[in-house]
Amino acid sequence: MIRIEKIHKQFDGTAVLKGISTEFKKGKTNLVIGQSGSGKTVLLKVLLGLFRPNSGEIYFDNSSFSSMSEDEHRVLRREIGMVFQGSALFDSMSVVENVLFPMRMLTKFSEAEMIDQAEAVIERVNLIDARHKLPTEISGGMQKRVAIARAVVMRPKYLFCDEPNSGLDPKTAIVIDNLIQELTKEYDITTVINSHDMNSVMEIGETILFLKDGNKAWEGSNKNIFKTDNEAVTDFIYSSNLFKKVRKLYLND
Amino acid sequence: MYGLVMKEIQDMILGSLGIVCFLSFFVGGVVSMQTALNIDSSFMPENLVGFATRQSIILEFSPTFMAIILTGKVGSYITSSIGTMRVTEQIDALEVMGINSVNFLVFPKLIAMTLLPIVIIFSMFLGIFGGWAATIYGGYSSSSAFVEGIQLGFNSYHVVYAFVKTFLFAMILATIPSYHGYYMKGGALDVGRASTVSFVWCSVVIIVVNYFITQLFFP
Repeated sequence: MIRIEKIHKQFDGTAVLKGISTEFKKGKTNLVIGQSGSGKTVLLKVLLGLFRPNSGEIYFDNSSFSSMSEDEHRVLRREIGMVFQGSALFDSMSVVENVLFPMRMLTKFSEAEMIDQAEAVIERVNLIDARHKLPTEISGGMQKRVAIARAVVMRPKYLFCDEPNSGLDPKTAIVIDNLIQELTKEYDITTVINSHDMNSVMEIGETILFLKDGNKAWEGSNKNIFKTDNEAVTDFIYSSNLFKKVRKLYLND
Repeated sequence: MYGLVMKEIQDMILGSLGIVCFLSFFVGGVVSMQTALNIDSSFMPENLVGFATRQSIILEFSPTFMAIILTGKVGSYITSSIGTMRVTEQIDALEVMGINSVNFLVFPKLIAMTLLPIVIIFSMFLGIFGGWAATIYGGYSSSSAFVEGIQLGFNSYHVVYAFVKTFLFAMILATIPSYHGYYMKGGALDVGRASTVSFVWCSVVIIVVNYFITQLFFP
């Protein structure tokens, strides 16, 4: 579980996060949604420790991030997996080397143990036949799956995904969403996903935090997002004609 | 870390040997030809061609101008590879994993570049050899006179001076391009810009350091 309390972050005097508080639940896919520029990526980078908040507190399973020592930060980082928007795979390494990389750098397992563990995860994301290929030799969807495999190979307690299905076709996007949700349940991870894709919201949005202009505008789940009258949320969702029709059907039901 | 260092040695040191050998051989040849062609006076000894070639190659061409040529090759490689990792979030990925990205990316390059003096030894040897070949096959001087010129007034202090500055240039070559790659912002176009800026800065710093180190060694 991750709890954030009154997180403020500003850049050059411009406030990007304005006192956000919420809780991301363990074993659930927690979505952070909002328009571009709403502060989603900054919030994710604050949670990852890449940006320090100007004020507020983050708790990882009730341990305050700001009161942790450098050693504790290092330990915490090893419990975090991250799937970047562009996958961020190492170009010069094959699929299996990318997945092995965090283990080789951070653990003292034997090479055979590491290869076993990496191949098990690669198998889990259905890429075993592509394990010796370079990232440039596989499709965008496969690259995302490699990124997910690399993020979970160390069995993290927390998984962060920054727009994991951006640039993917709808079918592949659903595969990626479902894979993240399945792994979240399987490994009992606290997963936080940045997205502005309504398909993801409907598919895996077990808890949803809606941001607008750096503020928490709404909080709920995919079960009640269509019922809300919150203007910011309805503006966001029903900018698409498809979802206007979906809402009509949903309310009629 | 051992694997990373070996990879950088492969890319930056062994990968530069070909161009360094090629350039050194032909520049050495041109230096000796120009020296021979510009000696009009019969009072000038024949061994001056070998002497001038040796001094030009050991003191300046191999350490300084090879470093500037390698700024274009190795420096651009360093800036663009680290810069691309920055724009594709690979450096962020390292940080998130709890890996010290500067240590991971820059340290192996720094270690690999300490082997630059080996490349410069090849450059010196082939530069002088190129000078000898051009002199003999161009008919400008005899082989014995050229070899006598190479040995004339040899001072090992000059070689020490050349290797000390080669080592300094190697550190400049590893650090300035790394800095420009690591702290770059933007996209693909900015990677190209960062490489250009790093080339310019590296060249300027090498030339200025060369001036001061020469002052220091030959007060």
